[in-house]
Amino acid sequence: MDLKEIFDAISPLDGIELNLESDVILVSSASLMAVAEKFKNDADLDFDFLMCITALDDGDSKNFTVAYNFYSNTNKHSVEVRVSVVDGKDVPSLSGVWKTADWHEREAYDMMGVIFSGHPELKRILLPEDWEGYPLRKNYKVADYYHGVPIPKDKSYWE
Amino acid sequence: MDTTLDKSIVNIDEMVLNMGPQHPSTHGVLRLKIHTDGEVVSKIEPVIGYLHRCFEKHCENLSYEQIVPYTDRCDYLASMHMDHAYSIAVEKLLDIQLPERVEYIRVIVAELQRIASHLVAIGTFGLDVGAITPFTWTIRDRERVLDLFEALCGARLLYNYIWPGGVSHDLSPKFIQRTHEFLDYFETQIFEYNELLTGNKIFIERTADVGVMPADVAVNFGVTGPSLRGSGVNYDLRKTEPYSIYNKFDFNVPVGEGTMGTVGDSWDRYWVRMVEMEESIKIIRQAMGSLPDGDVHSAMPKKIRPAKGSVYSRYESARGDVGIYIQSNGKNVPLRLKMRSPAFCNLSVLAEISEGWMISDVITVLGSLDIVLGEIDR
Amino acid sequence: MTSIVKSIVGSFESLPIDPFLLAILAILVPGIIIFLIMAVNALIAVYFERKISAFMQDRLGPMEVGIFGFKGGKKFWGGIGQTFADAIKLLSKEDIIPNDADRFLMMMAPFIIFTGAFLTFIGLPMSDSLVISNFNIGIFYIIAMSSVGVIGIILAGWSSNNKWSLYGAMRAAAQMISYEIPIALSLILVVLVSGHLDIHGIVQWQADNRWFILHSPFAALGFVIYFVSVVAETNRTPFDIPEAESELVAGWMTEYSGFRWALFFLSEYANMLIVAFVASIVFLGGWLSPFQMIDLPYIDILPESWLILDGVVFGIFWMFVKAIILIFCMMWFRWTFPRLRVDQLMYVCWKIFIPFALANVILISIWELIRMWIF
Repeated sequence: MDLKEIFDAISPLDGIELNLESDVILVSSASLMAVAEKFKNDADLDFDFLMCITALDDGDSKNFTVAYNFYSNTNKHSVEVRVSVVDGKDVPSLSGVWKTADWHEREAYDMMGVIFSGHPELKRILLPEDWEGYPLRKNYKVADYYHGVPIPKDKSYWE
Repeated sequence: MDTTLDKSIVNIDEMVLNMGPQHPSTHGVLRLKIHTDGEVVSKIEPVIGYLHRCFEKHCENLSYEQIVPYTDRCDYLASMHMDHAYSIAVEKLLDIQLPERVEYIRVIVAELQRIASHLVAIGTFGLDVGAITPFTWTIRDRERVLDLFEALCGARLLYNYIWPGGVSHDLSPKFIQRTHEFLDYFETQIFEYNELLTGNKIFIERTADVGVMPADVAVNFGVTGPSLRGSGVNYDLRKTEPYSIYNKFDFNVPVGEGTMGTVGDSWDRYWVRMVEMEESIKIIRQAMGSLPDGDVHSAMPKKIRPAKGSVYSRYESARGDVGIYIQSNGKNVPLRLKMRSPAFCNLSVLAEISEGWMISDVITVLGSLDIVLGEIDR
Repeated sequence: MTSIVKSIVGSFESLPIDPFLLAILAILVPGIIIFLIMAVNALIAVYFERKISAFMQDRLGPMEVGIFGFKGGKKFWGGIGQTFADAIKLLSKEDIIPNDADRFLMMMAPFIIFTGAFLTFIGLPMSDSLVISNFNIGIFYIIAMSSVGVIGIILAGWSSNNKWSLYGAMRAAAQMISYEIPIALSLILVVLVSGHLDIHGIVQWQADNRWFILHSPFAALGFVIYFVSVVAETNRTPFDIPEAESELVAGWMTEYSGFRWALFFLSEYANMLIVAFVASIVFLGGWLSPFQMIDLPYIDILPESWLILDGVVFGIFWMFVKAIILIFCMMWFRWTFPRLRVDQLMYVCWKIFIPFALANVILISIWELIRMWIF
């Protein structure tokens, strides 16, 4: 099934929009769970793999986009879904539907600061527990000290 | 001396073991918090991030050509695959048509890299289970592959060889002949490994029925690669969605059938890797047989400046499904680059499939999942 | 049948020496002899283990360190001085004891294991008239003294204050205690058939009849059970779960360094030597030459002992040849097989070896009865 057919299969749900120039389906955060369950359970769609969750910064580090890539091994089609997260709101977690989402959402939270509601244990995964800030944001400034060790800002010695 | 029993320290019911970042068997700096009751494991919590080198943040400040050495260092045991995956993603963004020779060289090199990576996986798996000799033998054979690569591009482990639009150097004159010699030698060695490990009764007892991963659990956790194929799911990107020129080659995809125990146990995952090495030999022979001439640098763009847009491209590396998501805004530096590494998802299934087994089995399962911390932490 | 202790006492008795001093001498000399045997054995066995493992793994092993004029470098005996160098290094290392460890127990543990091996050598003869002390309960004494080592291992694991060491110690305790049963049951076979507990009686019986392993298929099965059980008893792969390198770092030995670790190592190789000796005494004829079983043409000029290579000195030679072959087999096992998991180890012991060993005892008695009735 190509993108148009997939979109038609889930079109009864509201809050979704087809974006043909980027080849994605835009879904609002409120209808994400419904779309996810339709993807998983419907026999024609049958997206059994959640391949990747990417958190993208929209430029001002207040609004984010979360991109989900799905793949179906039975029907051999794939789709990308994007959810935009407005300032401070959270996205429903998909870890109940695909366990892959568990660690990927932790990484998105760790790196970009996107909060996923309903996640069993949303804590940092790659960085230490007490790190401050979300590194992949565009406005991220490295702190000066970490546990008393200075983080050098003057890189002229080696760069 | 105060000898009263301090309950917070002495917990008689459950012991928390720390298989720390430094350990002979954790394949890198991985920390496992294991809650055990005697020898039986009740809960495992992997703690990662000890090798995090901010790969994705670096990529936002480097041009597309400069990123290739950084992708090498993500999965350092299969760097050709990382280079190849990234190059395919950028070529999708740029929509370049590659010369045939470049594609053939890339396939040869990628399959050789698959053999080298699986050799390490098999050797260290045997080492975890206790058989020390197969490890030295696989490393010895891997040295031959690394010699081939060194003659090709000068590096033994981190190649920086496959660039977007081509490869960095053409094949040296004797490369084909030396690769043929290596393949002939290697086929006899596979027989020795099968004798020493695959049919060994003790090895079978240690690995069969241990760490069984049912197919639906594997798919739900996003496991890909030989670990998924060991569970009976026929999913190999080189066959289902052929990239490059893989649709021209004739090879089989081994799928675990539970020959020695249940489908999806550690023996199946090990066996899938053994057979995949043999299949890679087939592909390399076919590719070298029909290698066309040409200029490997002809399609390389002077400056990589893709149009605005994004791409998610997938690639079958030695460990599974590498996904590269690139978002570009028209500059020569990507706006966002995300690497979905297969070992990241493979590791997340460890907690699920090894609870209820013993500590020795945790090591066995970890070895059979074949993780590399470099690509988990990036 | 004299023993070294008796011969020392006998030769010095006539001289006017204080009996207390004589007793000290009678204790010290055998002690030094045994310690020398253990030390030299460790040096040679470690060198051979490293060379054999290297050749099996397609590499070369120690090649650089030479000694006594043997230069290091290209020839395959290049690294002969390696164990000397390692021994000197271990003796000069700093003695580290973790802060929270139980100091006294940690210092005691290596000595207990060493004592277990040491005591066993006292009752082990090298040849027809070469034994430290002649026990009339020989085999029984040896089985008993081999069990002393377990205490040392448990102490070592417990006192290190390290969860991984504790794991190693618990596994070792379970394993070593369980595998003593098949060992004892296999050694009982020869006692049943020959009627002697003392070692000279056993070897004499083999000299009169034939080597015990050829006595009946049950004796051969007994040898197999015995040999695999001693591989388990000395914690060698495939039964080296207590010191499993890839899981427990070094198991119960993790916190030990320097001289104490050298003592552990010494005891492990001494144990290997002891069990190889016991196997060759009980099953393979001890100090008897294999040519003794063959009927050689009797040439009047040469003494028979020249043809079948018998006698006191050759006795030592044959003992060592048989022991070295068995030790080589044990090393061969280590580098070929993966290791068993701890519950599989216990399964093999309790559900396979012990029933077979028990059945062996019964069947060999029936075999003896039938043999006596027929002949």
